[in-house]
Amino acid sequence: MAKETGFMSWKKLNFGIAITNPGNAAELKTGDWRSMRPETNKEKCTKCAQCYIYCPDMVYSKDAEGYYIQNYYYCKGCGICAHECPVDAITMIQEVD
Amino acid sequence: MGIASEALKNFKGFNLKNLPEVEPVSPGHRACQGCGEVLALRQAMKALGTNVVMCSATGCMEIITSPFPQSAWRVPWIHVAFENAAAVVSGAESAYKAMNRKGIINSPDTVFVGYGGDGATADIGMQALSGALERGHNFIYMCFDNEAYMNTGIQRSSSTPYGAATTTSPAGKKSIGQSTWKKNMPEIAVAHGTPYVATCSPAFPIDLMNKVKKASLVPGPAYLHIYSPCPTGWRCGIEESVEMARLAVQSKVFPLFEVIDGQYFLSRKVAKPKPVSEYFKPQRRFRHLTETEVAKIQARTDADYEKLVAKCVMEAKTKEKPEQEMSIRLDGA
Repeated sequence: MAKETGFMSWKKLNFGIAITNPGNAAELKTGDWRSMRPETNKEKCTKCAQCYIYCPDMVYSKDAEGYYIQNYYYCKGCGICAHECPVDAITMIQEVD
Repeated sequence: MGIASEALKNFKGFNLKNLPEVEPVSPGHRACQGCGEVLALRQAMKALGTNVVMCSATGCMEIITSPFPQSAWRVPWIHVAFENAAAVVSGAESAYKAMNRKGIINSPDTVFVGYGGDGATADIGMQALSGALERGHNFIYMCFDNEAYMNTGIQRSSSTPYGAATTTSPAGKKSIGQSTWKKNMPEIAVAHGTPYVATCSPAFPIDLMNKVKKASLVPGPAYLHIYSPCPTGWRCGIEESVEMARLAVQSKVFPLFEVIDGQYFLSRKVAKPKPVSEYFKPQRRFRHLTETEVAKIQARTDADYEKLVAKCVMEAKTKEKPEQEMSIRLDGA
């Protein structure tokens, strides 16, 4: 939980309050910020990498088939990918819970 | 041939098929939804790779990547005050140079990057940047221009365009918002005799990554002015930030060019320019502008663009016929 929210007790800090693990912000869960979720329609997708290069939150990564898939742990739901997709393969879907 | 064009002779660009996989800025940073600035930073860092030393001025990109006890940086990074990012990066560069010479470390290819927002570059950090450019350290300075002090709550900076409403230049009955024109930082950098100056936009990622890579190859200072849409401060939709960056280029508000050894090259010719009103429309900071004001801004934008194109054309002409010019000069003498 501490890793997901970034809050922790001062007793757990390193000596000299040093951060010894570079890039440990990757543990932070920014996925709970979003209200809309992008979903890719693989039938329409042309693997053009536009969603990958325009994502400010490094959500997309290549899978074995070459499609770009979302990591919802980080996705803030800004919708740039759906807006920029040249073939409209990505749609924004309302989060229900 | 100048030092920059010499270094860029065999340059090969990126393309969408072989994008570098490396992410020196980790996900999980706390940027606003749809932030165009962290998008530009991400693309720039992808181009640079991991052998870099980053010096960050205070600003959005410092705040969102380093709230304690977490850090989004996977590369050496230091945060300094608003005014001295360029001074600190020149010190780091000199220290590495000395340590390389004495044999303490062996990393001659490390790239040194100082970066800040438009406030840290055009207002507060101006004299440190000017000094660093003048001393000719081998570093890159990246200015992420989101046209106001977004981090502290949308106060105007000297980079805010004419007519934009911010919290310290509010629009009202007797005010049209920002009453001065945007400071032309790239031209100030060119005036220092900087070997490589370029403007880039995250809406054109390959162009941005190529320019950042070129800047890292130039042995000397390089200045990059990167347009960074800010949905929070510009009051536009969070999904529209890349669209805003694209419209700014297409409406000639932010032309993309590079200056290599004082020679201007237009990166993207705007053949069918869109009216600036199309760029203003989705942004609430420009909503109060009347048609006469928009016409005034349109005229100024066109004039500025013409001035830039004239510089590019002039350089191209002298490049084509250097012998002829030489002979004229000799005849005159």
